[in-house]
Amino acid sequence: MTLAERVISAARGGEEVEAYVARGHDVEVCAYDGDVESLSSATTGGVGVRVLLTGGAEGPRLGFAWAGSLEPEVVDETVRAARDNAAFATPDAHLAFATPDGVDPAALDLWDPTVGEVPTDDKVALALDLERRLRSADRRIRQVPSADYADERVEVALASTTGIRAVSRRTGAYLSAAAIAGEGADSHTGVGFSVARGFGGLDPDRVSIEAVERSTRMLGAVKPTSDRLTVIFDRRVVSTLLGIISAALSGEAVVKGRSFFAGRTGEQVATGSFTLVDDPTDPRAFRASAYDAEGLACRRNLLVESGVLLGFLYDTVSARRAGTASTGSAVRGGYAGAPGVGARAVVLAPGDQSQEAIMSSVGEGLFVQSIIGVHSGVNPVSGDFSVGVEGLMVRDGKLAEPIREATVASTLQRMLLSVVHVGNDLEWLPGVAAGQTVAVGDMQLSGN
Amino acid sequence: MTEVGTGEGLRAIGRYDTAVPRGAPNTDAEQAPLVEPAVLERVLHVALRRGGDMAEVFAEDRQTSGASFDDRKVEELSSGRERGAGIRVVVGETTGFAHTADLSEAGLLAAAEAAAAVARSGGGGARTVGLPQRSTSPTRGLLAPGDVDKLRKLELLNRADDAARSVGGAITQVQVGYGDSRRRILVASTDGVHVEDDQTRTRLSVQCVATGDTGMQTGYESVARTEGFEVFDRIAVEDLARVAANRALGKLSARPAPSGELPVVLAGGSGGFLFHEACGHGLEADHIVKDASVYVDRVGELVASPLVTLVDDGTVGGEWGNFAFDDEGKPSARNVLIQDGVLTDYLWDWLRARKEGRVSSGNGRRQSYQHLPIVRMTNTFLMAGTENPDELVAQTPRGVYVAKLGGGQVNTATGDFVFGTSEAYLIEEGRITAPLRDANLIGNGPDILGRIDAVADDFGMMPGTCGKDGQSVPVGCGQATLRITGITIGGTAA
Repeated sequence: MTLAERVISAARGGEEVEAYVARGHDVEVCAYDGDVESLSSATTGGVGVRVLLTGGAEGPRLGFAWAGSLEPEVVDETVRAARDNAAFATPDAHLAFATPDGVDPAALDLWDPTVGEVPTDDKVALALDLERRLRSADRRIRQVPSADYADERVEVALASTTGIRAVSRRTGAYLSAAAIAGEGADSHTGVGFSVARGFGGLDPDRVSIEAVERSTRMLGAVKPTSDRLTVIFDRRVVSTLLGIISAALSGEAVVKGRSFFAGRTGEQVATGSFTLVDDPTDPRAFRASAYDAEGLACRRNLLVESGVLLGFLYDTVSARRAGTASTGSAVRGGYAGAPGVGARAVVLAPGDQSQEAIMSSVGEGLFVQSIIGVHSGVNPVSGDFSVGVEGLMVRDGKLAEPIREATVASTLQRMLLSVVHVGNDLEWLPGVAAGQTVAVGDMQLSGN
Repeated sequence: MTEVGTGEGLRAIGRYDTAVPRGAPNTDAEQAPLVEPAVLERVLHVALRRGGDMAEVFAEDRQTSGASFDDRKVEELSSGRERGAGIRVVVGETTGFAHTADLSEAGLLAAAEAAAAVARSGGGGARTVGLPQRSTSPTRGLLAPGDVDKLRKLELLNRADDAARSVGGAITQVQVGYGDSRRRILVASTDGVHVEDDQTRTRLSVQCVATGDTGMQTGYESVARTEGFEVFDRIAVEDLARVAANRALGKLSARPAPSGELPVVLAGGSGGFLFHEACGHGLEADHIVKDASVYVDRVGELVASPLVTLVDDGTVGGEWGNFAFDDEGKPSARNVLIQDGVLTDYLWDWLRARKEGRVSSGNGRRQSYQHLPIVRMTNTFLMAGTENPDELVAQTPRGVYVAKLGGGQVNTATGDFVFGTSEAYLIEEGRITAPLRDANLIGNGPDILGRIDAVADDFGMMPGTCGKDGQSVPVGCGQATLRITGITIGGTAA
């Protein structure tokens, strides 16, 4: 905080200054073939500075600069660069920094000291053990191309001349592995992972079981016949899909006419079983946070209730453009990124069925284990949706033969109105959304 | 994405058509090195003090600037600076790595100690390190981004916005992004590497939204070159903007793409992503040495149609995937991967090449000093054929014509890959007809490479950003108009 406060003390008359200072420690261990393939450790630090020139009659002008260093002379140069950038921007009456809005930050404990205390040898041993375990888990596992442990400790301080002071810190530990199962010329990859705040929360058994299950059950996969059917998306896939939906619920996308949700508040945009919340104050969420990237308290935002669109996510500027208040939804990609609008902890209200029960209800359909081509086949502006899939057919309510080299397609708009089941198997995953099984009717499977 | 580790993705940046430039020679005086040779020698000595086979210092100084024009305003000007060094120590099969933002001798020595910690159990012993004379990249004609007035950059954005909006009232939103970077790197290792490269990149992109009765559609176009600001002497941003705007407009009347297998004609320069995904990633030696690619043990075999000669070349003037030296100090090179359908070689970095007792092919790259180098493509392209592109369409009774691709992704273990269309049409009775909504196409690499039955003579390149193992690097992709006899189109129309 001292450094952030020092930066904003450089503010001159006729300007506001905001400083975001981040420091991190990372360790990564990659195990391969019984040995440590690589061991990395690093300390990083940087600053992101925004300067708002408020003197002009036509409105303020905004500039941003960042540096991957916390050395005083570099930081000073960064302030000068941000100020210079601001001088060239278009004046805009909507531009402003956040000011304290009276909402108290949630009391979240996101710091597990064990991440920094556990000896590196133990982290190495965990990765080696995972790799060894996976190699002998199933005779069909013929390769373990990666078995990695990683952790991070991140501390952030944010201060502005508009009264913002926010300090936060968090830890994270990750364990992941990929397994390749093979029989004859047929090979399939399965990835397992576990995330936790601290070292002790990681679950290597689960990583191993997932990687083995997801690779071996794909053996013998064939290209399916094209069909129109109900698709049951696995939890991990749903987490990805909710991340895309949340991008279309960004107030910035809405006010700039780049969201298919624009102008639809109060309308039934999804089936009645679909209730969507962004709640970064839930400590279980991977990206839980007391403060947003402008230093306002994060808060619970109800976005869709029983299928009815209630509202959008805003940061300070997009809220001013829309004539409303920030929802505490500013995010940034570290010190090198300026704030924008984004979700952190999107979650669907759980249904009452397990994945097995949903399969049983659906009877005939397709279970999708993983998808590829999200950025080339899903358009959050038009809503067009087409992704490559691998998974297993569902016949008579049970998983049947595996399939690959196929796509499923629809539009996001139609998919939301075709949700037939939401599972009760909620799981917090890395990324901006939790996962749970969801079944969507009337999708086009393309194969032979 | 939470589905980590199974695929590698490529995002389209855009397409451009331009001659290869040669600018005026750079007259800048020789600059001071990022790290003095004597310091490098002492740091490398410390890095190997506890043992090890190889130690390397990779220092980087990157300056970036960017501007975004959105909703008719210069919304954000940004600039950034990142300096630091990554130090690796290789002991047998193990790599120790540490990085620091502190380029002083004390900072580098601390990182060297941390990287060397992995070597503590190794035998090794002190080694005297002597570096050869530093090699630097050849001078290039550059209008360095730092020397260009910000107003000139902003003027480009204004011009692009005007041009896009003038295409029609249905263009309801325009976003223009500009970015440039200058990246100086220095690599020094106990293997006798001592090089410095200076890489300048410039890009401009236009994204348009068109709104009509059927909802909204998007159109995207861009230029991205390993060059300075002089790129805009040859390329009119208005042309890019109009292409993007027309692409969005055209899709307002688009019908859903077909579902199922059809012949596909890919326009020249529409996106060599096909090869980047269908085989490029699968030919990267890190996948090969781990037996995690469908192309393992297939050198010398026919893996594609005899019409396919595939090259990865980091030396092509100005292309987005270019550099003089890779991030391990190896000069960039032209590598033939597939010759007349026969697999000739894989792509190699230092580590993977050492395992096989050969030399790197100049494909060791890293996103920044904070990352370990891995095997990456540079500019990957299919050599042009001899046919007339119009004839390819005329000879296709029914199929899909792809004018522009939007990116792709591959699962290297199975070889299954997708690539998405961002401008496509139906082919009916040998003619290009109705526009189609965006969709992914899916195929299996070795299978699809065997189904290429015609390659035309209208070669074109396209830049992209390739993501692998959490690292993004600029790459180029290229191909002439070609036809695939059948591939699955992932649309919704039966």
